[in-house]
Amino acid sequence: MSLISTLARLEAVSTGRAQPAATVRHRHLSGRPLVFVPLITAGEAGAPLGALVGTDPDAPRLLAVPQPRDRDLRFAFLAELADVVLPYVDAHAEVVEAAERTETDPETGKRVKVEVDLCADAPQLIVPSRAGIDLVRLLGRSTRFRRTAEQDPEAPYPAPPRVPLLGRWLTHFGERARVPGSSLLLAMTDVLGRHWATGQSTLEDQHLGALLAWIDPPEGASGAEAALRAELERDERGQLTCPPAGPATDPAFDNKLLAPAIERYDRARTALASAEDGLQADDRFGVLTAAEREIRDLVLSRTRPTWDAVWRGLDLLRELPEGAHVEERWTRDRWSFTGHRDRVLAGEPPQPRRDDAVTAANKLATREREQARLEAQEALDDPLVMAGRRLSGEAFAGEVTDVVMAYSEGKRPSPRPLVTIRTDDRPHLGERTKVYRSLGGKPQSAEFVADEEDGAYVVLRVLDKMGRGKEPEPGSVPEKGDRVCFTLFEHEQRGGAKLPDPEETPWTHGGPPGEATLETADPVTEEDLL
Amino acid sequence: MPLPRTRGTALRQRLAELRGPDVPAKALDARALAALAANPGCARRAILDGAGVNKADLASALGSPSVFGQSQFALTRGNAFEAKVKADGGAELLRLVHEKLDRAAEPPAEARVPDLTASGPQGRTARTELELREATERSGAWTLLDHPMLALDVAGSPAFLEPDAVVVHPDGSWTVVEIKSFPLLDGSADPAKVGAAARQAAVYVLALEEVAARLESSPRVRHRILLVCPRDFSNLPAASAVDIRKQRAVTARQLARLTRIEDIAEELPEGTCFSPELPGEELTAAVESVPAAYAPECLSTCELAFHCRTRSREAGAVTSLGRPVRAELGGLSTVEDVLAAARGETGDPSDPAVAALRRAAALRAEALEAACR
Repeated sequence: MSLISTLARLEAVSTGRAQPAATVRHRHLSGRPLVFVPLITAGEAGAPLGALVGTDPDAPRLLAVPQPRDRDLRFAFLAELADVVLPYVDAHAEVVEAAERTETDPETGKRVKVEVDLCADAPQLIVPSRAGIDLVRLLGRSTRFRRTAEQDPEAPYPAPPRVPLLGRWLTHFGERARVPGSSLLLAMTDVLGRHWATGQSTLEDQHLGALLAWIDPPEGASGAEAALRAELERDERGQLTCPPAGPATDPAFDNKLLAPAIERYDRARTALASAEDGLQADDRFGVLTAAEREIRDLVLSRTRPTWDAVWRGLDLLRELPEGAHVEERWTRDRWSFTGHRDRVLAGEPPQPRRDDAVTAANKLATREREQARLEAQEALDDPLVMAGRRLSGEAFAGEVTDVVMAYSEGKRPSPRPLVTIRTDDRPHLGERTKVYRSLGGKPQSAEFVADEEDGAYVVLRVLDKMGRGKEPEPGSVPEKGDRVCFTLFEHEQRGGAKLPDPEETPWTHGGPPGEATLETADPVTEEDLL
Repeated sequence: MPLPRTRGTALRQRLAELRGPDVPAKALDARALAALAANPGCARRAILDGAGVNKADLASALGSPSVFGQSQFALTRGNAFEAKVKADGGAELLRLVHEKLDRAAEPPAEARVPDLTASGPQGRTARTELELREATERSGAWTLLDHPMLALDVAGSPAFLEPDAVVVHPDGSWTVVEIKSFPLLDGSADPAKVGAAARQAAVYVLALEEVAARLESSPRVRHRILLVCPRDFSNLPAASAVDIRKQRAVTARQLARLTRIEDIAEELPEGTCFSPELPGEELTAAVESVPAAYAPECLSTCELAFHCRTRSREAGAVTSLGRPVRAELGGLSTVEDVLAAARGETGDPSDPAVAALRRAAALRAEALEAACR
């Protein structure tokens, strides 16, 4: 945490309200995001208990698993989830626009431009908390290798038709969420925490209710009081009035309400199975339906507050203006979405359990590059982020006090003006350190020449973006009196060296992966969890 | 070295007084010990745990009840999995130990599973030690100790620990086995949970080492423990050897650093008592008489955390925002001090922490102003 954000937290403590940690919104928000508020059963490896899911804040779809240990009911849950998620994904996959991409021509080996489809918009999945992202990934892992009856008539417990496809998409969302700055799958607590500093620790910020209480406290209460209430207040039945955002539930809820309800459901089911005639069966079916409705109501009572909180968080975030580079990063998300759509359409197998060496190295390189890109772009988009970089000596701002025209030596002299800047910042400048400023959205570079009066004045030599002529193009050189801001970090990230194709993996990294083997489904046992 | 008897008795009596009349002592478990070692500077936690005070009851009596609880679903599942792993005289468990840790040894065809029942924790500890000695001397055979009991001296008072299992190898060495119900998915598990399990196992290893040191043959306690988890989405056991040398070293150092409970007890005013029966005010005063070292991490490990957090916030301590915050603020430890220094009202401008703070405040104000325009 930088000193600036620490200061913001301390101000939040003393004012009782969250303070801005950003002046613009750094993440893309879709006009129609799909919100997913899942719950799981404690102690099971992500066995779903229920969820609220949908794109309309007023009409969420409630999914519930009345007996989480029952495989058929779990499959029914996943099939229902697929019925909501896949049409939403497909709607975005259909609308495309033309775009260009450079590809290596397989015959000539030259880099050529090819025209390809790019989806005009991408789906966006929003979960309440970081644990929700982990669950999306887990659900993806547990379902993408399942076999349907159509794929494999011998499969002992065939999955409903669209469930494996759901798993592949959830896996893609989960993987993409690991790329810094991506917005395909967002956790509400992360996004809110990025934009506001509360008067509590980052650990406590993981509680969505408490975080929102700091950002937008109810009338007449301080953020601290409201957050405390959100964390701890319990009703007369001993239940939290603001249930945890999940996917884990509160143990008091499990023990006092859920366990008895599940037990009643189990009893009703056994009774129905042993009914002796139609009349008795009808009665008992009524009891079973009532027991199931009770569990659905319980799930709704635990997820609805979180559902509303997520939408409130979205409203708050929409009030912030979007950062200038957000659109560009979203385009990368669209590319990623289009790429996966194409892989699914081409009938490629699901993502493997473990990546091969080249894919893994590529993923890591992408994440590193995107992290650097995100840091640079956020600083350029947001003076508050730039302030943090200035404080740490990675950027400086000031007023131009003098411009002296100078030229490069050589046959065709080019302009290399010397610009003197008065600054209060103390950047870490060494001899000929390269610095950059944004000129019409493109980076202009300069190099450090000297400093004067103990660093109060910095002299730079501007190096490029001044046109081809002897005289610099108008507006390309700062003028006396201009406010300028230079950074020591680059604005655009260059990709690293290209990695070999997977077939060319060197032996040091395990060698070529060999024949692609079809990943088999997880073996099923009597007591599977998912 | 055991304390002279009189002194030991005196301490035990003193701790019983602190607990309050007729309040049974709550045994320290490995999880609590690992948490205690994570915050060695907290005298409050050390004395309460050392005296066997039930902190959950205490927190409720103080009006800031803890939020810990275990879901019965998790409990049922955990027990069912453990029973499955240990079924058939531990055949599957021993097979995993052999496969993951000791391939050179004879495969465990049949193993002894001695009966460890005895009355009281002291009795069970003695019984465990006896069986460990016997199993170590009978070389060439595998022995599985199911839920043995070990004693560890923590800041001057004994803590009784119950590992899931301890295996004695044919070469006489010992392995701690931890059985957990979080899944091992495609060969990897949640690092936070594995870390917690490793810290817990490190405590068991330390306790076993004390036992080993007392035996003539001084057997080796292996520093690679066996972690057994359900594989993928099934409930079939999968195991992995976890090297706990680092956790063992850290825990040993932290436990040694724990202020001796005796010393803390001596500092307390005469008649201090932590019985939940006492009126709220008296109890609060008693708790306040021992200094705490609150940090947000306490929320997930200590029952008293909400009480300490309220106090820490009331005092305006910056640590309530996280330990790293404290590090960058130099000598300034309260919110008001920091803000006053940032506004330029107090503080020495030549102090680098103060200068940095003012610079940060100025930059922040400038940026926010620029954004408003």
